[in-house]
Amino acid sequence: MSETYVARSAAVAARLLGGEMVVMSAADSTLFSLSEVATVIWQAADGRTPLSEIARRICAEYDVTAETALGDAEAFVTELARHGILCVSDQPIPAAEIGIKASDAAS
Amino acid sequence: MSLMQELNRKALRLGIPLSAHLDITYRCNERCEHCYLDHTDRGEITTEEIRSLLGQLADAGVFFLTLSGGEPLLRRDCFDIIEAARARGFNVKLKTNAVLIREKEAQRLRSLGVEQVQVSVYSHRAELHDAITKLPGSLGRTLAGVRRLRSAGMKVTLANVLMRSNLQDSAGVQALAAEMGAHYTLDPTITPMIDGNASVLRHRLATSQLETVFHDANLVGDVENFCAPPPAVDDETREGLPCSAGHTACYISPYGDVYPCVQFPLACGNVRRQPFLEIWQHSPQLAEVRAIRGKDLSVCSSCVHLGSCTRCPGLAYMEGNMRGPSSIDCEKAYVRTGIAPVTMQNPQAAAHRVPGLVQIETRQPLAQLQTVS
Repeated sequence: MSETYVARSAAVAARLLGGEMVVMSAADSTLFSLSEVATVIWQAADGRTPLSEIARRICAEYDVTAETALGDAEAFVTELARHGILCVSDQPIPAAEIGIKASDAAS
Repeated sequence: MSLMQELNRKALRLGIPLSAHLDITYRCNERCEHCYLDHTDRGEITTEEIRSLLGQLADAGVFFLTLSGGEPLLRRDCFDIIEAARARGFNVKLKTNAVLIREKEAQRLRSLGVEQVQVSVYSHRAELHDAITKLPGSLGRTLAGVRRLRSAGMKVTLANVLMRSNLQDSAGVQALAAEMGAHYTLDPTITPMIDGNASVLRHRLATSQLETVFHDANLVGDVENFCAPPPAVDDETREGLPCSAGHTACYISPYGDVYPCVQFPLACGNVRRQPFLEIWQHSPQLAEVRAIRGKDLSVCSSCVHLGSCTRCPGLAYMEGNMRGPSSIDCEKAYVRTGIAPVTMQNPQAAAHRVPGLVQIETRQPLAQLQTVS
């Protein structure tokens, strides 16, 4: 089974405000407010960590089955990728390909 | 309630400065006749100081960051600053005259993920625009810069400051914006200079011109709604806040001074001497600004326009009392609605201001708002 890798796009702004991740796309000025679990996925989307591993972390932290966690994570990633906020690949995504270092945009 | 409104409420509740306006220089390559700035460099904060400040602003929760000036691109480290800001996750908006935007700069802004660029344009006619900026050839260079930005895929807003001399050209600037695929915004506000010099106010629109603007659907949209009578003043209005200045927004000068807003020259501290968060949380000046509610306004609390007035506490402060009226907003309220504000009914009340204060010295685009759970 091939892995899925996700990375935050360079063209977004993000800020953790009172435990809630707020994300805005520079491309279309769409504002997103992420739930707690979605925030975990967002923060882990470094281009190197497989989505399956991110789903495992969610399972460890929240009362949810592996199947549900992965399904929700895939749906979330698909939705944000549609808005150009996340980059998705079946290969690890080098930082250079997404511009600004992914790790920097998570604060 | 939109997501942006929710965000603002949350920031207010948590005491977070959601928006910050940072002027990185007061130097400028234009000399606009209505400008409120002294363009002399009096010791700008350095690149490293700005890097440190950006970290502090991010930690404090600032999300929307406006970088402006003066002309920000006159700083050689402008792109280093923008890059540092984007790396900190800010939503960055750049205000510039675009004179120095070549293809390379346009592409760089795009690749850095700057959300939008706002460019001042005073007229579609070079003879008038250049006369206002006092820089020959400036309109041509500005528009070339805007076209490069648009070609690079940047979102651009043409900001049209309306004055006595250029009101008749607003339609021309709107047409320019439409032709270039840019947004258009107008601003009829001229503020005194930061040293208190009020001579630039002679450029303000005359009352009859304001009337023209406020009743022009091309400029204000739904005229009937825009000019509607003020809503009845209720307890919510009396307990309401004047604006976001000092509550969820702040301004920082190129010298590190922190103010509630770019139009509110009440010095609250300096980031060269104190951490930003200490100023934001403990400045007595900001505490005073935050304590003001509609019911506390010395004259306006008894005005029928209290619930819908655009009263600017910064302009009121510049007139002598942050709790007093801002006369230009009294005029606007009257011109919009035809209903006299209390300052016109009782001019003596308006004259009751605190004299002698030393005067030391802006959305989002129409975003589609969504929530992802």
